Amino acid sequence: MSSVEISFRINGREVRESVDPRMTLADFLRDRLRLTGTHLGCEHGVCGACTILMDGRSVRSCLLFAVQAHDHQLETVEGLAPVGGELAPLQAAFAEEHGLQCGFCTPGFLMTITELLREKPDPTDDEIRERLSGNVCRCTGYQNIVAAVRKASGRLPRDPG
Amino acid sequence: MKPPPFDYAAPDTVDEAVSLLKQHGDEAKLLAGGQSLVPLMALRLARPSVVVDLGRVAELRYVRHGDDVVRIGAMTTHRDIELDAALQDRSPMIREAMSVLGHVAIRNRGTVGGSCAHSDPAAEWPALALALDAEFEASGPGGRRTIAATDFFQSYFTTALEPEEVLTEIRFPLPERGAGSAFEEFSRRHGDFGIVGSAAVVHRSGGVISDARVALVGVGGTPVRSEAAAMMIGSDGGDDVLDAIGVALQDEIDPTGDIHGSSEFRRHCAALIMKRAMRLAVDRAEDGGR
Repeated sequence: MSSVEISFRINGREVRESVDPRMTLADFLRDRLRLTGTHLGCEHGVCGACTILMDGRSVRSCLLFAVQAHDHQLETVEGLAPVGGELAPLQAAFAEEHGLQCGFCTPGFLMTITELLREKPDPTDDEIRERLSGNVCRCTGYQNIVAAVRKASGRLPRDPG
Repeated sequence: MKPPPFDYAAPDTVDEAVSLLKQHGDEAKLLAGGQSLVPLMALRLARPSVVVDLGRVAELRYVRHGDDVVRIGAMTTHRDIELDAALQDRSPMIREAMSVLGHVAIRNRGTVGGSCAHSDPAAEWPALALALDAEFEASGPGGRRTIAATDFFQSYFTTALEPEEVLTEIRFPLPERGAGSAFEEFSRRHGDFGIVGSAAVVHRSGGVISDARVALVGVGGTPVRSEAAAMMIGSDGGDDVLDAIGVALQDEIDPTGDIHGSSEFRRHCAALIMKRAMRLAVDRAEDGGR
């Protein structure tokens, strides 16, 4: 089976690689690009741990083949804050509100909520809970994650108009 | 790597996709959004030797509004349909079904054509298509053809599509003004596959129900059109007739029990959910909504 040449932008940088078509995007990110912030839980689209953004939209990277990312723009948790720099407002809010314990599910939650807050900078509690419903967390009981999203939404730069 | 090896092709047009299918026959499988096919391949329940990815076929992504119909390209995502403002207004039933179809990350990838062609008995789109008497357009080596929803869904995961055909468009006739529609579903957790669901379309004229169509999810190998729903025709759509329909429905269907619910439980839930959907549809018809 022949490999395929792909190229895409991820966290602002250009990637060009040759890939076996059966390699999932999640495995490609972790094993080939060494972007191990994206976690793999269930590997069949239920838990949400592997959620990343493709063209600004949340997707399960375990349910995509890497070849499908060709010509698209990807963002992973590594792109939220510069290496060695300060945490992004959403990440800081998670730390302050104890929105994580073991941290396994956190990258998926952060990317899911990044999409939400870009669409809707000031979501209601119902909207937050609705959006979080596709991600599984076994530690926190979710309350502190909701609190973290609320806190982060209050810190986003407001449109001066 | 979990899936078995395969060769990959990413055509830019429907014609190219059809030629690839013709060339590879049964060995090939179309990849739409991949929200069902990729897990099936990871579990090795599906082992195509060639995957033809429709992701680059831009001509299959659109929502086009006509006077009494909406035409949706097969590769349009659930999320794009959910966010179509005109459709939210024109079809509460489709809007409600999208809100329970998986989660946003699933809806961002999954497509209407993929869902219909996969034809999972627990999926929402097949029931919406059946309740609305949708038409399916497919392109194959011999040209295009149109398939009625009543003929399209044949059995568990089986449709009228030939191995060399590509589903290109689904046309949903939308009820005229004075009609009402609704979608209701019961699932264990929000966003899970529904245990049972019901799509209902009711027409009302002069205070009397003139048409009532219901398609059910999760009570058979395909979406099931309820004959009991027609008992509402000629009535005022009140609670008495709804209760009678609920009783009649339980004799009409014979759902298979599984780990998620026994046959009796599904039958009971189906009656409740169908009554709820019909009630909402009747109320909306009274509102003069669609």
